[in-house]
This record gives sequence, C-alpha cells and structure tokens, in this order.
Amino acid sequence: MSLPPFSSLLEAHGSDVHRFLVASAGPHDGADCYQETVLAALRAYPRLSHGQNLRGWLFTIAHRKVVDAARVRQREPVPVAAPPERSVVDPQHDGVVWEAVRRLPAGQRTAVLQRFLFDRPYREIAEIVGCSEGAARQRVHDGLERLRQEVER
Amino acid sequence: MSGIEDVLRAGPAEATGRDRLDETVTEQADHEGLVDVAWTEEDTPIGHIVLAATEKGLVTISYRDADATLAVLAAKVSPRVLELPRRLDAARHQLDEYFAGERTEFDLPLDLALSAGFRRKVLRHLGRVPYGEVVTYKDLAVKAGSPAASRAVGTTMATNPIPIVLPCHRVIRTGGDLGGYGGGLDAKRALLALEGGASPLF
Repeated sequence: MSLPPFSSLLEAHGSDVHRFLVASAGPHDGADCYQETVLAALRAYPRLSHGQNLRGWLFTIAHRKVVDAARVRQREPVPVAAPPERSVVDPQHDGVVWEAVRRLPAGQRTAVLQRFLFDRPYREIAEIVGCSEGAARQRVHDGLERLRQEVER
Repeated sequence: MSGIEDVLRAGPAEATGRDRLDETVTEQADHEGLVDVAWTEEDTPIGHIVLAATEKGLVTISYRDADATLAVLAAKVSPRVLELPRRLDAARHQLDEYFAGERTEFDLPLDLALSAGFRRKVLRHLGRVPYGEVVTYKDLAVKAGSPAASRAVGTTMATNPIPIVLPCHRVIRTGGDLGGYGGGLDAKRALLALEGGASPLF
C-alpha cells in the first residue's frame, strides 16, 4: 500500500491539526507547533511502512510537539505566569475555558480535545496519547472534571 | 455543566490564518530539502493543467485532475509532494510565452522519472521534433532505432509525462490521421494550429 501525496494529507487533516494545536497551546505557540509538526511529519513520511491511520499519526506528532514546547518553556526563566483571574471567571466565557484547557496535563488535554473537538473514538485517542483505551477514557473523564472545577469555581 | 463541552465542541475561535501558515511551512520545508515534488495548477488556452517538478527538473504536465496526478507522483517519485508554485515559475512563464506565440523552444531542465527504458529513449527523440513540424509514429520509431515499434511509440506518446514541452502533439499517423492526444484531440489541433498551420490535412 503506497502513501498518499503529503499535499492530500495536509488538505485532509491540516485544519484539524491546527485547531488542535491552537486549542492546546494558544494561537501563537499553536502556530509554532503546527510548523514543527508538519516539518517533523515530512521528515519521517517517506520512512512510514504503510498509509494506515495517517490522521492518528499526525496527531501523535502534534501531541508530542505541544509537550516539547511546554518543556522548553518551563526551562526558560520566564516571569511567573499570572494566576488566572478567578474574580472575573464567567462560565459562559469561552476564553476562560480555553485557558483552563491549556493548563491541563498534556495527556488529559489531548484526550479531552480529541473527544470533544473532533469526536474521535477512545481507541484512536489511546493511540495518539500512547496509553490503553481504558486509560484514555479515564483521561477524558478526569480532564473534563478538572475543567469543571477550574471554570466553575 | 454542559457549557464547557459546548465550548470544546465549537473549537478555539483564534484558529485562523492556516493558509499563510501552510505557505510559510512549505517554504521552510523547501529550504530544508524536504519537498521532493513541488506542484501547482494553471489554466492554459487548451485547458487546465497540473505541473510538477523535482529537484532535477519538470517531471510532469498533466491534463488529469490534481488528485490523480499527485497520486501517481507519490507512488512513482516520492510521497513528499507539496504545493509550491514558486518552483514552477520558469515552466509557467515559458508556457505563457509559448501560448502567446512568442516561444518556439522550451529551455527547462526535465526529469524523466515517470518514464523508463524504450519510452524514455523515444521521449528524448520526441524532444528534438521542431516547432511547427509533424512526424509520424513510424518516423519516431525509426529515429529511436526500432523501425517496427510504431505501436510502442504510440503508447509512449499516450503516456508522455511532459506533454507540450515534449511535443507529442507533433506526432501523427502515417497518412495524416491525427491519432490520439491525452489532452483531447481539440487540444492537439489547437497546438498544431498555434504552431502555424502544420496540420494541412485538417
């Protein structure tokens, strides 16, 4: 089975990968992660042994790029992030939800986004995050619980 | 409680500008040598074409749609196929001049990766058929050193990966019948007419 042209892959999944990364890391870091993801995918692409579940493969790379970017940011002596402004929290306010999403542990965040943003099955989420299907289910549950606590507190 | 799930389903509003992001990342990929096949599309007087180039040169001009064309390139050349019009600028420019009647020869590096063996040999000879002239399938078979191979020459023309630049429209049947053309016979007639009434029989 041969691989589809990379162009087609970008056309089919690029928009979702970008949305996922902006959701995970914000518009600026998300854009950086998107470029890193596409370049890493291109580097590895000719060595793939088959063209199955290329969507999952792309998101596995994207997930890792968010984790890497967060690690780099932690190492940098950046000013301590301002604490979330609880006083103005409004559960209806989308921005508050997305800020809370970006503070989730990576595994929970990716699981929650794949589940709700893209409606993906747990089997696929497990593959992207690199855990069992049961653990993926747990991460979605835990992630959502944590979001509720943060946003509705 | 369902508010959070609704926000998640709707997605982040800031996820815009991906087109420009794709352009930037494609340029970066090209810079790193990660684009094995660059492609673009173009409208010409004889119809819509897809053009693609490798680092060696122009690898195809196709009258088929982009999906079909790119699938062949991915399978036969490399799956690292990306839309990168800049790498086809010279080819497009020369084609524009050709269609405007201002160019009679193409000066472009070519990559015959989509063709092999006898066909490649025939295509080399095809490239020497001058503007405004026609030859027969048989003539070309003789030039390629296999006088009996008219039929194989016909197949080679039908599978010519770089039509127009490799002028298979200048090849007709013995007796004057136009033969076939991948872009349709109207396109073949139009190209011959453009080159100066080289099809006196029609």
